[in-house]
Amino acid sequence: MNKVEVIHGNKKKKIRFNSAYLFIGPYAIIFLIFVVLLIVISFLLSFTYYDGVNMPRFVGLSNYVTLFTQDLDFMQSALPNTIKYALIVGPVGYMMAFFLAWVLAQLPRRFRNVAAIILYSPSLTGSVLISVVWKAMFSGDSRGYINYLLLNWGITNEPLQFLQDKTTIFIIMVFVGLWSSMGIGFLAMLSGILNTNRDMYEAAYVDGLKNRFQEVIYITIPSMKPQMMFGAVMAIVGTFNSAGLASALTGASPTPQLAGWLISDHMQDYAFSRMEMGYASSLSVVLLMLVLVFYFAANHFFRSDD
Amino acid sequence: MQKDLEKENKKLLKVKKKMAAKERRRKRPSYFGAMIDPKRFHPSQIKFYLILLPVLVITVLPILFTISHAFKPVEELYAYPPRFFARRFSFDNYRALISAASQTDIPFGRYLFNSILVSIAVIFLSLLLSSLAAFAFTYLKFKGKKFLYAANQLAIMFIAIAVAVPRFMIITYLGISNTYLAHIIPLIAMPVGIFLLKQFMEQIPKELNEAAIIDGASRWQVYWHVTLPMVKPALATVAILAFQIVWNNVETSSLYIIDEALKTMPYYFGTLTLATSSIAAQGIQAAASLIIFMPNLILFIILQKNVMNTMAYSGIK
Repeated sequence: MNKVEVIHGNKKKKIRFNSAYLFIGPYAIIFLIFVVLLIVISFLLSFTYYDGVNMPRFVGLSNYVTLFTQDLDFMQSALPNTIKYALIVGPVGYMMAFFLAWVLAQLPRRFRNVAAIILYSPSLTGSVLISVVWKAMFSGDSRGYINYLLLNWGITNEPLQFLQDKTTIFIIMVFVGLWSSMGIGFLAMLSGILNTNRDMYEAAYVDGLKNRFQEVIYITIPSMKPQMMFGAVMAIVGTFNSAGLASALTGASPTPQLAGWLISDHMQDYAFSRMEMGYASSLSVVLLMLVLVFYFAANHFFRSDD
Repeated sequence: MQKDLEKENKKLLKVKKKMAAKERRRKRPSYFGAMIDPKRFHPSQIKFYLILLPVLVITVLPILFTISHAFKPVEELYAYPPRFFARRFSFDNYRALISAASQTDIPFGRYLFNSILVSIAVIFLSLLLSSLAAFAFTYLKFKGKKFLYAANQLAIMFIAIAVAVPRFMIITYLGISNTYLAHIIPLIAMPVGIFLLKQFMEQIPKELNEAAIIDGASRWQVYWHVTLPMVKPALATVAILAFQIVWNNVETSSLYIIDEALKTMPYYFGTLTLATSSIAAQGIQAAASLIIFMPNLILFIILQKNVMNTMAYSGIK
């Protein structure tokens, strides 16, 4: 607080322009327009019919009613797929990230740095662009690498259609999601573990701590709760921010039998293929609500008490 | 005589060092705290290497595969049985990539130029705006500070995909659709960047700022000469994050830009990805993914130390 006054410098009580607004202004304007306002408009539009050309027309809750009672694609594919995907890739990816960070923290620096780069690199690829790899791997003819191996080892007699089947497409999506989930949250947790206070472990052992597992539960995680929370937030963002993976895998949009079809895909389809932007906005609101639910759940686990 | 003595001394020193090392190893407590950030190899680490090895292999294989696929000559792409790694390296795929672009009338160089221009603009502007704002959040008083920061915290979870519709409206309303500004402005506001910078600024000793102010520095001078040099690691991290977002961005080109000459490289690659699924196209796509992926990776490798340094202060309380 003192610092603030020192920087203020000029102690005259005259009313004068506070240059703090010049510091915060440019960011605040862009932030308010391109983040806050966008969310507000999304919310408002969800109560309208809007085709992108004519003025939005107020239709009350009918978008939401349609959404939950008539849109079978949403209720039977997009919603369950999104929740399933988020529940698997979110927590599992997160726990994997923590576990790998914990393992890495106990290895010498040089190896750790190289391993961290390797583990982090999939999150850089952008899942859609890299889908070429997965397509080649899981291709449904004998030329697909997995099929080739399966045939060669005599596990199957004919190539399996990985990218035609709903379930396998979803499993591949989950695999790709987990593969690329060691993002910036993973790095935060790694550096959190590296910075935990070592004396605490010794003290805890004196107090009767028995094994590694107890260490992690009673010392490591509590002493890096803030990093755990940051990692959780990044995991949530990473999970829900994905769209188009199933389309990239199958080469069709919408995907056959709506395999791996997520709310974000459904929304983009309604917004930019069918030009039903009001309806698409109600999908956005549902998506944002889901993000919030996950956020509060994570917050509940890792709230720091101070 | 003299030499012998020196030799003897050296030997003694060596023995002493060995003893000390042995002692350290023996004394090494078994609890985890002492194992964090070890200085050297120790047999107790073997189990961790064994756990990591398969994970690393699974992680790195698809990337190695992409690299090898990108440099495979066409006849090897069609080869049966399929080969995981290229036997002969060629630039066929890259040549095909560029000539495919010339069929759309827009030369490949134009997409590349657009991507580079837009990326530089976004990185520069987001660093400037984020650091100014973080400075204000950390040191200055102004109305609405608490609200704005709380909003920013919540917005870290901002899901850009979810607001594609209103973004479309605003870009149209501002009259910047179909210009470079549509690429740049929506991506400048990075809540997570503000957050990381502010966390980092809070670690700077207060005395530094105070000393500068006693010497007569203005706020702007403190910002430029004291704070910015101190938060370089955080700036590097934000630059990496901004680069990832803008360099990989397809949405802007496909939704808000009509003029083909203003679209960026990932969009162009995306059209290739969706257009065909033939085997020859796979090689081209692999080459394309590599062009997107490599700058990201290289930037991260160069700046890794800074990122880890920033992440130490990344906790959300």
